[in-house]
Amino acid sequence: MLEVRGLKKQIGDTVILNGVDISIDKGDVVAVLGPSGSGKTTLLRCMNYLERPDAGEMIADGRTYDMSSLSKREIAEYRRYTSFVFQNYNLFLNRTAMGNVTEGLVTARRMDRTKAQKIAAAALDKVGLSDKYDAFPSELSGGQQQRVAIARAIATEPKIIFFDEPTSALDPELIGEVLDVIKSLADEGMTMLIVTHEINFAKNVSDKVVFLDEGELIVEEETDKFFDMQDNDRVTRFLGTLNR
Amino acid sequence: MEDRLTAILIDSFPKILIPGLIRTIPLTAISFALAMVIAVAVAIIQVADVPVLKQIARFYIWIIRGTPLLVQLYIVFFGLPDLGFMIPAFPCAIAVFAINEGAYCSETMRAAIESVPAGQMEAGYCVGMSYLQIMRRIVLPQAFRTAFPPLSNSLIGMVKDTSLAANITVMEMFMATQRIVGRTYEALALYMEVALIYLIFCTVLTKLQSLGEKKLQALNGGAGNA
Ligand SMILES: Nc1ncnc2c1ncn2[C@@H]1O[C@H](COP(=O)(O)OP(=O)(O)OP(=O)(O)O)[C@@H](O)[C@H]1O
Ligand SMILES: [Mg+2]
Repeated sequence: MLEVRGLKKQIGDTVILNGVDISIDKGDVVAVLGPSGSGKTTLLRCMNYLERPDAGEMIADGRTYDMSSLSKREIAEYRRYTSFVFQNYNLFLNRTAMGNVTEGLVTARRMDRTKAQKIAAAALDKVGLSDKYDAFPSELSGGQQQRVAIARAIATEPKIIFFDEPTSALDPELIGEVLDVIKSLADEGMTMLIVTHEINFAKNVSDKVVFLDEGELIVEEETDKFFDMQDNDRVTRFLGTLNR
Repeated sequence: MEDRLTAILIDSFPKILIPGLIRTIPLTAISFALAMVIAVAVAIIQVADVPVLKQIARFYIWIIRGTPLLVQLYIVFFGLPDLGFMIPAFPCAIAVFAINEGAYCSETMRAAIESVPAGQMEAGYCVGMSYLQIMRRIVLPQAFRTAFPPLSNSLIGMVKDTSLAANITVMEMFMATQRIVGRTYEALALYMEVALIYLIFCTVLTKLQSLGEKKLQALNGGAGNA
């Protein structure tokens, strides 16, 4: 459904991503793992064009695009089918929970407000926030904010959602509520690419793991096989650090 | 003696206040409104890094902030006629005050826009909004909240700066007072009187500022921007 080939990103003289290939099928939940600084965030940001890749091809809907030269319009068109959930939520601070979800529907998709509110209400109900429609981000806990962000991400009916460490800014007791929501999306067959340090979550929810190290994609493997891997030094070392 | 002074003060009060109401206040209000339009446009041009326009914006700010307001008033009112541009005093004052204040306020706005976390812009892109949509609906409202106290400060400063318009024959409060002093020679009492009226205007604005801050607070949902 979505395939990236030879994705390169350089900042100044530093190579951050050195030719990454990744392919995601419809309904896949792909966990992106790797040590800190390996380029996971950059990979996701490049895949949604928040950073401009220096090179790479993207194959979406059977068409091939040069990632480094996509026009603004093509990027906008592509983003109609994607959503992004940020580590620090990035809710619109001057909008209520409801406003956060309707904003993209009303302004970008020109949907009529009543219809947008209906969709937003359904999305907020789904993430368990039916009593928080009118709350501003400053009035919500981190876990609630992240759930609003997820509601905002699903309301536009994307074909894929990118998650960048959706729980790592949260207090430990709030992580569960967010992971539960993501798991329920997985159960419904939503296609997702999730950067996470929650290894058990990755183990239980993902279909596939991609493992990054120093800007290179070292392994792309079915989840069960990945966690049983013995023959790759970098992977065993990484899994070792987690088990300590 | 005392009676004469009291009579002068009472008699002059409306003669000062009325120019205040029909000149000082409109001059301030119109100029400031125009200044805000300039400020937002110039700030966005810089933040959005629009080529050429950005250089023009920096040049404009450099010139305006580097020269005295009084000199700017003189150049436009007394200088431009040499080139064949005669502008009546009141519109001339409005133009100069707007252009002058616009330069200062654009820096306030630019700083306020830059203080809005970059994630707001990125989140907007990710839900499909365009740069201008995000600016107008997400970033600027937050920036205005940050900029509101310093902008109020500028507005209050401007009320008083309009007295400089007396120098280019605008019959505002200060000039009205000067005329009465010229007739009565009661400089101390009359200048104190006009000072008091400026103080009242500014006090009202200060009150409006705190009301406005509360209102903005509510619109943005209470606590901080960050
Ligand atoms: N703007 C930047 N300028 C220079 N280097 C950068 C910049 N952004 C990221 N990097 C570098 O790129 C590398 C990859 O960063 P990235 O944030 O993608 O890593 P990550 O895998 O998400 O790490 P973490 O697990 O800590 O979030 C790091 O070495 C980082 O220092
Ligand atoms: Mg990261």
